[in-house]
Amino acid sequence: MQEIPLTQILFVSTALFFIGMYGLFTRRNLITMLMSIELMLNSVNINFVAFNKYLFPDKLDGLFFTLFIITIAAAEAAVAIAIIINLYRSHNSIDVDDATEMKY
Amino acid sequence: MNIAAILFYAISALILGGGILAVTSVKIFRAAIWLLFSLVGIAALYFWMQVEFIAAIQIVVYVGGIVVLIIFSIFLTQNSGKEMAKPATGKIIFSALAALFGTAFVHNLIVHYEGFKYISAKPFNSNVEAIGTQMLSTTSYGFILPFEAVSMLLLAAMVGCIVIAMRPKNEMETNTIKETENI
Repeated sequence: MQEIPLTQILFVSTALFFIGMYGLFTRRNLITMLMSIELMLNSVNINFVAFNKYLFPDKLDGLFFTLFIITIAAAEAAVAIAIIINLYRSHNSIDVDDATEMKY
Repeated sequence: MNIAAILFYAISALILGGGILAVTSVKIFRAAIWLLFSLVGIAALYFWMQVEFIAAIQIVVYVGGIVVLIIFSIFLTQNSGKEMAKPATGKIIFSALAALFGTAFVHNLIVHYEGFKYISAKPFNSNVEAIGTQMLSTTSYGFILPFEAVSMLLLAAMVGCIVIAMRPKNEMETNTIKETENI
């Protein structure tokens, strides 16, 4: 276990965060943008657990932060999907470029 | 290189490969399935770090809940086999450059920070009993207040989802009138 240093786990989570950021920049579809946000939240969770395990093993605070982030991500995904379905009903599309009523 | 290191690299390849395919795949349903692979890989990474409870939560909530919700909404809102429009080439290039620069920058910071090199030698105890005792404890360092706050948030989100996704009332009444006329 000690052969893998903490920096390599942090590198995986960094790469995953910026993959999510790339998806958020290039995608124009609301559901795929939501998927990118889930990737970014998960990369943060990996960081919390890794710091908790390797730097402060006598505490559990990182695990609690991870649990609360997962809970709030679930609530956020449910609300976002309700909004997406409502948008699809009124615009017949979930592309962000088609929902421009509030732009000007 | 022992078996733990090989496992770590395999899990990392699964996470990053699944993530890259999830954000680049042109078919939305395939993107959702690649996201599923990436999230399973993250659960495997938690198992590898021996935090079994978080890994179980990850599988239950993400794989069993959020991905299923996303797939349902894909079926509800569009033709799943249809290919999405590709973004403009300039946008792809600039987003990829921004992501690469950000990764390189943060990686540089991580490699040169001294504090990550001294790993604590204390044993890590993350069994469910310790987690549950501290989470519901009302003494200091207990997490009962955020626990209750998050339960209220979940209730509010549940009610809010139903209200948002519910059809407006007058529309429903006209539909019922039409149905009764048809009968």
